[in-house]
Amino acid sequence: MIEDLILKLKKEIIDQLQVEGVAPEDVDPEAPLFGEGGLGFDSIDVLELVVLLDKNYGIKIQGPKEGPKIFYSIKTIAEYILDHQKK
Amino acid sequence: MKLQDRRAWLNGVVEYVSEAGSVEELFRSVYRHYTIDYPKFFKMDNLCKLAFLSAEILLQGTTLLEKYPGEQVAIILENASSSLEYDQKHWESIRDRNKYFPSPSVFVYTIPNIMVAEIAIRHKVKGENAVFILEQFDPGFIYHYVSELFRNQQVSCCLTGWVESYGDHYQSFLFIIEQEDKIKRFKGLQEYVIFNTGNMGKLFKGKSI
Repeated sequence: MIEDLILKLKKEIIDQLQVEGVAPEDVDPEAPLFGEGGLGFDSIDVLELVVLLDKNYGIKIQGPKEGPKIFYSIKTIAEYILDHQKK
Repeated sequence: MKLQDRRAWLNGVVEYVSEAGSVEELFRSVYRHYTIDYPKFFKMDNLCKLAFLSAEILLQGTTLLEKYPGEQVAIILENASSSLEYDQKHWESIRDRNKYFPSPSVFVYTIPNIMVAEIAIRHKVKGENAVFILEQFDPGFIYHYVSELFRNQQVSCCLTGWVESYGDHYQSFLFIIEQEDKIKRFKGLQEYVIFNTGNMGKLFKGKSI
């Protein structure tokens, strides 16, 4: 189940955040999204991810403190979605 | 330099002709033709892409801006449509309160000055910068504004011109003015040309001087 969600998230993030020249299969779901070695996302991209979770999954991120943990990688985002959609 | 009608001109010579079908494809093809490596380009709106590409074409392979500290370089641009395309895109995302999902990456481009910021970040320019909204390219306005910057010794070099983009329409005309021996001249041309309103108007229309 999480594998399907990770693939869906990869496609949505590549599309929504306009990541050029990267295919879903190129993205390591456990690699950090920010900083070197990641997808090079910046602060605007974080906000875009917050909107994506709200728009596509109905999940609102309540406080900035949990952001770094949730948005560390595609896998951590997927885990957060699964955890919060159950509730 | 100029970018319009699917063509990129540098120093009055057509350097690149694109076969792209859409504006988006065109800008992507120009980016690739000039082998630019700047992933953030793909996140920009069309206005910023046009300004960014124009500055790249003008400055690529030169050490022009390296002659001056960043504080001594200004960027002064004109356009007609401001950031209207992304203003409308943002409006579409917020007009329905039941589907209220404003996009941060759209919102950041709802101000035309962001095109100056994209160039400034790329080329480490820290001097005066401004975007003026005018109905059409106004060489007289640029002449007086840039001359005043030089007269006040605020800058030694200025990247300036016209960057307009809305829908399928796009047009850029960008050049650099340097002050040497108290005579302001166009740089970025094969030979120096005296900086004045008439010469700017001729170059904009593709006429020889």
